[in-house]
Amino acid sequence: MRFLIPLGVFAVMVLFLGIGLTLNPREVPSPLIGKPAPTFQLSRVADAGQTLSPDDFKGQVALVNVWASWCVSCRQEHPVLLQLARQNVVPIYGLNYKDQREAAQGWLDQYGNPYVASAFDADGRVGINWGVYGVPETFVIDKAGLIRHKHTGPVTPESLEQELLPLVRQLQGEP
Amino acid sequence: MMRRLIWLLLAFLPILPAQAVEIRQFDNPEQQARYERLIEELRCLVCQNQSLADSDADLARDLRDEVYGIIQSGKDEQEAIRFLTDRYGDFVLYRPPVKPITWLLWIGPLLILIGGGLFLWRRHTQSRPNESAGMTEAEQKRLDQLKKELLHRDKS
Repeated sequence: MRFLIPLGVFAVMVLFLGIGLTLNPREVPSPLIGKPAPTFQLSRVADAGQTLSPDDFKGQVALVNVWASWCVSCRQEHPVLLQLARQNVVPIYGLNYKDQREAAQGWLDQYGNPYVASAFDADGRVGINWGVYGVPETFVIDKAGLIRHKHTGPVTPESLEQELLPLVRQLQGEP
Repeated sequence: MMRRLIWLLLAFLPILPAQAVEIRQFDNPEQQARYERLIEELRCLVCQNQSLADSDADLARDLRDEVYGIIQSGKDEQEAIRFLTDRYGDFVLYRPPVKPITWLLWIGPLLILIGGGLFLWRRHTQSRPNESAGMTEAEQKRLDQLKKELLHRDKS
């Protein structure tokens, strides 16, 4: 009986610390989930004369992937995105964040281009409006143009299969 | 060789505490105070244990620019805070707002204090010597009588 209380306190502590260990402290929940994708009008990486805005992917489920040529973990997720693009399941749009046009285009030429188009956000202000804090980030946009999910960090084959694709399929099934 | 290395390291020392904050022009000192107070209270999202003021991260610099722009255009602190929480959530605030999800955070320490106090109080009242507790005057007299008899028996 004497040991019951300390044991109980210990058990509660173990429980809380155990839950804490499974959480990712670097993951900041986005307040933009369920809200319309912040609008923008930017030039495209491939063509400074052409613009890209959220209207371009309106009416369909789309992924918006924030990337940059200087971003190391973007290299890591790149093959996954290329593979996804080949499968033709969902269009991927790029938001090229705080980059230089030549560097960005060179990067796409070298490693392949999974994007339907990439918006060129040189000063990163659109990125701030989208709540970007660590490149790469991937947003899932539904048919109504609402942000439904945000994945921070590189997309891995596991996160794609378990997290992104099931949601994409579910959203594609919605009217 | 070793000495040279130490001198070299010492020479780099002054670089370490370099300030991350840019030089800014303000219309009046009140705006400057407002700006400085804000960036001290807002949290950098990249290096999460630093404020916007302390952080040298690229994003922190951009966010300082945004806060500066908002303050410089004559808007108040709330406007700047709303700008950041709309995009990054309450995470950017070092002082979390009081709302249902943070109730436990705010009153938790008080609950622990009360719980601990109750626990100590109960232990204290329970472990008090209950030799004489719950005895009537007659019983007490009888006890004294018995003690005396025991003492006499030992002597004889």
